[in-house]
Amino acid sequence: MSTFVSDPRAGGLPSGSQRGRRSSLRTWRWSDRLVLCAAWAAGLSLCAIAAAILLYMGYRGVQYLRPDLIFSRPQASLNQAGSGGFLDPLLGTALLTVIGIAIAAPLAISSALWIVEYGQGGRAHQLLTRVVESSIEIVAGTPDIVIAVFGLAIFQLHLLAFASFIGEGGGVYGRSFLAAGAMMSLIALPPLFVATRDGLLAVPAHMREAAFALGKTRIATIRRVLLPSVRPNIATGVTLGVSRIIADTAIVIVLLGDELRLTPRQGGFPGLGVLRGTGSSLTSYVYDNSPAGEGLAPQKAYAAAVLLLVFVLLLNLAVERFIRRSQARTGGVAIAGGIA
Amino acid sequence: MIELKQAPHPVAVAVPPRRTIVLDRLPEPVRPPEQREAVRPLATAAGPERLRLEDVTVTYGGASTLGRRGANAVRSVSLSIHQGEVLALIGPSGCGKTTLLRTLNRLTELTPGACRGGRILLDGEDIHELEDTALRARVAMVFQQPNPFPMSIFDNVAFALREQSRRRPRRPELEPLVVDALKRAGLYNEVEDDLHRPALRLSGGQQQRLCIARAIALRPEVLLMDEPCSALDPISTGVIEELIHELRRDHAVVIVTHNLAQAHRVADKVAFMYLGDLVEYGTVQQVFEEPRAPRTRDYVQGAFG
Repeated sequence: MSTFVSDPRAGGLPSGSQRGRRSSLRTWRWSDRLVLCAAWAAGLSLCAIAAAILLYMGYRGVQYLRPDLIFSRPQASLNQAGSGGFLDPLLGTALLTVIGIAIAAPLAISSALWIVEYGQGGRAHQLLTRVVESSIEIVAGTPDIVIAVFGLAIFQLHLLAFASFIGEGGGVYGRSFLAAGAMMSLIALPPLFVATRDGLLAVPAHMREAAFALGKTRIATIRRVLLPSVRPNIATGVTLGVSRIIADTAIVIVLLGDELRLTPRQGGFPGLGVLRGTGSSLTSYVYDNSPAGEGLAPQKAYAAAVLLLVFVLLLNLAVERFIRRSQARTGGVAIAGGIA
Repeated sequence: MIELKQAPHPVAVAVPPRRTIVLDRLPEPVRPPEQREAVRPLATAAGPERLRLEDVTVTYGGASTLGRRGANAVRSVSLSIHQGEVLALIGPSGCGKTTLLRTLNRLTELTPGACRGGRILLDGEDIHELEDTALRARVAMVFQQPNPFPMSIFDNVAFALREQSRRRPRRPELEPLVVDALKRAGLYNEVEDDLHRPALRLSGGQQQRLCIARAIALRPEVLLMDEPCSALDPISTGVIEELIHELRRDHAVVIVTHNLAQAHRVADKVAFMYLGDLVEYGTVQQVFEEPRAPRTRDYVQGAFG
């Protein structure tokens, strides 16, 4: 049992049973004190900014956020009361996210696997590794409006007419969920790749050697040992990718046709019509309804923005819970890096 | 009888078919500490020769440096390893003992630039001719750092047993083999209440015994141990040394250790290496008490290392 005595020299207690004297702020150099104040100021102002965003958006948006808004479809109307809710934009966001991750995840995970497991030996392999990593960095650094315009140029080729539809006059329309989803996958690919690659690099070499020493082939090691241990990293990467997809506006405005409602095209099996059709997402809805767009229902814009924020927060919470659960199951494997 | 057998490999190279793993005799229970002999008996008669090294040279600088003086990690080592005895490789840091150990199951091939000269025969077959996965199922290795996979205890040991045959063995078939491996490693009594606990929750000594159980699950002919106790506390070290004493009956054990006292306790034969050369090889009695080479005498008496 240790007792706390303010003056360690009083009384016959053995030294070390309570806290020793620590240096007080008065004895610090002025430069250290300055840096301490600056660090506190930076941290507190970050908290203040985050709180300000949440509170302001909440105040402006929550008063207009009603449950029926989420489930009713938007209508074009001059009257605010008649302009409906944002079910279609919600569905549009969800659809884009699913398409984007479905394309990006296999590409990112398999590239990261190849680079870490096979791309480290031999000169040709290392060259390919450098090329792949540079390409992904270039894609990561490209502004999303550039990616959007690039997507428009690509999907207006006749080769890719299957992804959207051919309008009157013979030109390929080039704007559809498939086109936007494909470009969204480029947005989501770099964070997913980097998270998976760093997770794989963090697996210690003796873990792989232990698997090889048991007579396992490389593929078996990847499937049974490596991929399960980087599952938390993949989850983090997917969250980052999904956050970026949800937040992206340029690609939606350019490549999704910017119609208020989900407008599927006819023909093909049922799902394909929706994918080839146009619609809107929460971000383009916010833009259209804000004073910068058509500006007829700014309150709805705030409500939709609050919804977006809530989505991202819930997503982060869910991933943190997933990471903690899988750490408990495996007994505490460390994850390199967090949600940045 | 439980069989996990794979059909012979359909390739022109003469690769022997995978062995059947069959429990044809009941595994002997590991005796509790009270019943073990207080004094270690004289070494049992050595069993058949399992591994023979002929003039083995290993270098990390690429094939051109093989044989060049001063560039080789291991130079011209010839040894014979028998079942029923424990061979300890001793020597100061950097003398090549770990490299030699890793060559025995071809783990050095994972390092780019590693080349090997000479021959290593496992039961008469050149290990270079065997498939590396087949070789490593017969020559198992335990590492310095306990490294259980992030799975349950059962899955860790079963990982070694799965994918050994064409058809997937189901849990009821695997369970007796897993339990047997854990018993032979002396861990079963401590974990039998819940085999599906995560393996990373065990203590360090238990994790190392789990790695040993994982390694001996396939009943390898040779067991290689790379300083298995150096990351453990003295009590766990003692438990594992007792375990090695039991394991040598069924496997040929090669242990690398920088702890001379441990080599004295555990080994039957000792090989002293220095800067890549095999300086002396003999029984524990000969090397520690009547060393022939002066360098051996200096090392075992603590003059350097």
